[in-house]
Parts: sequence; C-alpha cells; structure tokens
Amino acid sequence: MATQSAEHTAPTTRSGGDEPVVAFHHVSLAFDEKVILKDVNFTLLRGHTKIILGASGAGKSLSLKILLGLLKADGGEVRVHGERVDQLSELEMMKVRTNIGMVFQEGALFDSLTVRENVGYRLYEETDTPLDEIDRRVEEVLGFVSLAEHIEKMPSELSGGQRRRVAIARAMCSKPEILLYDEATTGLDPITATTVDDEIIKLRDLENVSSIVVTHQLRDAFYVATRAAVRDPDGTIRIVNADPAKERETEFMMLRDGLIVFEGDAKALRESTDEYIRKFLS
Amino acid sequence: MPEFVDAWLKRAVLEVQEYVRLCAAMFRGLVSPPFYRYDFVEQLDLVGVASLTVVLLTGFFTGAVLALQSGLTLDQFGARPVVGRLVSASMIKELGPVLTGLMLTGRVGSGIAAELGSMVVTDQINALRALGTDPIRKLVVPRVLAGVLMTPILTIIADFVGMVGGWIVARFQLQVATGLYWSSVSDALYMQDVWMGIIKPFALGFVIVSIACHVGLRTQGGTQGVGKATTVAVVAGSVAVIAVDFFVTRVLISLLY
Repeated sequence: MATQSAEHTAPTTRSGGDEPVVAFHHVSLAFDEKVILKDVNFTLLRGHTKIILGASGAGKSLSLKILLGLLKADGGEVRVHGERVDQLSELEMMKVRTNIGMVFQEGALFDSLTVRENVGYRLYEETDTPLDEIDRRVEEVLGFVSLAEHIEKMPSELSGGQRRRVAIARAMCSKPEILLYDEATTGLDPITATTVDDEIIKLRDLENVSSIVVTHQLRDAFYVATRAAVRDPDGTIRIVNADPAKERETEFMMLRDGLIVFEGDAKALRESTDEYIRKFLS
Repeated sequence: MPEFVDAWLKRAVLEVQEYVRLCAAMFRGLVSPPFYRYDFVEQLDLVGVASLTVVLLTGFFTGAVLALQSGLTLDQFGARPVVGRLVSASMIKELGPVLTGLMLTGRVGSGIAAELGSMVVTDQINALRALGTDPIRKLVVPRVLAGVLMTPILTIIADFVGMVGGWIVARFQLQVATGLYWSSVSDALYMQDVWMGIIKPFALGFVIVSIACHVGLRTQGGTQGVGKATTVAVVAGSVAVIAVDFFVTRVLISLLY
C-alpha cells in the first residue's frame, strides 16, 4: 500500500459522536513532595484525537500510564467507556486493557521475540484464536505499516523508525478502540517521524480508532492534526490535508506544572496569546 | 533516631514488604490460570541445562580438594582409607547444596536480575501489562518453578561428581583403593543425610530465583540501575543462600535426627 502526500483536502469521514471514551475528572498525582498532576480534567470523544503537549516532566506520559492503570492516581476519577477504572484491581484492569493499545517511548518491543511474535503477542499468548488466523492478522497489520517483509526479523535488526511502526502494529493488532502514543516520534529524524505520523493518521481515519498522542514534537503534532488519510477505490492510501471540520476532531491540550494551561484545536493553539504557549511554539 | 538510620529502616521494611507481596502474587500465579507452560520449559533449560557445566566443574574440584585436604588430616590419625566418608558426608549434607546454590546465584540470579531489570527500564514490563499479561505469571512463576525444580537435580549431580573428584584424588594421589573409597562413601551415608541434601536445594532454589526476580523487577535508573540490580541480586542471593542453609539445616536436624 502506497502512502503519499497530496494537496487536496479530505472530507470528514464520520461523525465523532458525543460519548467520551476516556474521561479524567480532577486527577492528581504526586511523588513525595513533587506534584506531577494537580487537577487534570479532560475527555476524549469517540473517533477523536487528543494531543497532549508539554515540557519534559509535565506529566504527559504519566497521564497515559494512569489511564492504562499502570500507575494509580492519588485522587480523582478515570473513566474508560463510562466505566470507572481508577479503582479496579490489576486483574480487572486486564479486561479494560484489551480495548486499549499503547505505543511506548522507544517502542518497548520484546527483545527476545521476532517481529511476528511481538506484533501478535496478545493474540498468541492471551487468546485462544487459531494460529493461522493470528498469522493472517499479523501479516495484515504489518502490511498496514508497510513492514510485511520484516516479519521474521528480530527487533535489534530494525531501524528506530521501523521499531516504532512495529510497536504501532503491535498496539493495533487486537483491534483496540483506543490507542495511546507515548512520544512515538521522539528521537526520529523528520522523514522517519512522518512515516510514524502517517500510521497514526491512518489508524484514526481508516480504522476508526480514538487516540491520545503525547509528544513535545510540535511539527508532528500539527502534522497529525492537519492531515487525513483517504483510501482510493484501488486500495491506495493517501495522506491529504484535512478539512476544517476534520481538523477540529483533533484537540490539543497543554500541561504545565500539573495543570492544563490550554485546550483547543490547532487553529486556537496557533492563535493563542498566552506567553508560555507562544514560547513553547516558537 | 538519626535521619539516615530512619531512612535505611524504611527502605529495608519496604523491600521486605515488596518481596512478600511478590511471593504472594507468585503463589497465586501457581494455583490459578493462565499458566505459561512454554516459558516454564524454556526456563528449565536456561536454569538447569545451561548451568550444568559450572555445576559439574564446581562439584568436581570441590570433591577433589576436599579429598586432598582431609587426606592430610586423616594421615595424622592413620585413617586415610576413610577419606571417602568425609567427602561424601561433606558434599551431600553441606557443600553440594551450598556451592550449587552459590554458583546458581552467580549464573542464574545475575542473569534473571539483568534480564528483568532491562525489561523494566525499557518499558517492556509495562508493555506486557498493557498487552494484558501479568508479568508475575509470565516471567516470575516459570523462573521460580524452574529454579525450585532444577536446583535439587543440579545439587545431586554436583554431589556425584564431587565424589568422583574425591575418588580420583584418593585413588591416584592418596593411593586409596577404589573399593575401599566407595565402600567408605556409602558407609557414611545415612538416609537423614540424603534427605537433608535433597530438601535444602528446594529452599535454596526458591530463594535464589525469587530474590533475583524481586531485585530485577524493582530496577530503577536506566542501564546503571540494571548493573546495580545485578550486583544486588548476586550479593543478596549469596548471603541468603548461606543464611537459609543455616536455618533449614537447623529445622531439618530437629525434624530428621
């Protein structure tokens, strides 16, 4: 499947809906005296993308870990599909996690497993799905991220960008409705980062996935917010400029000192007069 | 109480608490699904078969040097022919289990701590949890189970090659007849000794691997943290082997003799 940029705009593909798939209510977190999150409130609507910006140590990645139950917040409520998850046990969280995929910083691929085993990990290890069915799904998602020919390689044989794309393939393999990206493009060169951004856009627009993207790479954040993926009748996937309605489905949120200092779309962020935001954007 | 003593005590209590929690989670993982059978078989190979060389060499030379040293002492009493008795009793009751335990701490404990520590600092443990896998069941249970099962087997092998090492020294250095040596070996063996030599390694295997898993999973601070975790796993594991050996021996003496 080829991926290419184009100048014409893509229409909004579907209605986002009003039902939040993720909701943070007054979430707080501190490590000893160091306050990370003070009173964080936000929601992610179905089919939308939330881009969380902020300086290093602002609590962006920890927000994702709280959402996934990898870390317990000190206070507040976290809801996924309306269900309160912040008080669930580890065993109960396992069920919630089946519907959430996460792409970790640096990929966090399992060193001792091949690309095939990494991508199909959840299906191979945690389900009774027939092996040939899993193999087909693994090949399908690796094709989606254009890495089908690397299926039998070990992670150490892949480049940084390829490892991130395998991580994306692993996160999407079991068809989760929510995908979390933790600094998925940090440390990559702009061209490779764009290939990763394209995968995020394709999953959002073609697979109907709601996403939270944590990054401090502004170029990638605006790229994801202002582009859309379309599939031509011949199956070719193209990345094109998103129309204004589509752009509004991607919301920015900026964290600073444990508080949300900005929430809005790409246009509002660009036009913000807040001194800190101007400095961050410059 | 000085502040640093207070902080040290708190850290020590926290470590004990986390170790006990890990053990409790591990026992839950032993009796309830899911079970990761393939990982268990793989660990039997990594813990057991891969440790064979070091255990064989350690056992052999320990038995040999034991025969050499005890030969010198026994000569003073004209009791050189009973050298096999000393070698077998020492190897089976004490040196076999302890030295096998120490070797496994160095080889297996350090490896487990480094592997799990690397997985922690590269977010692979979090990735496992995010993918719906309990790291305790997937990583800890198979390793501990393999350690508990393979340590006694390796100990028995070390005991045997130790006695063979002792026989070679007795036969060719001390000029003790082969028949005399082996009859002396079996004369010294009582069932209580054999039981002690077999029961102790189960406890040692558990302690070595569970400590290594605990230390590995609590790794902090990148690659430097992995190095530190490896050192701590070997040091804590080695001390634990000696300490547990003492306490288990004390209990077994009161139960068996």
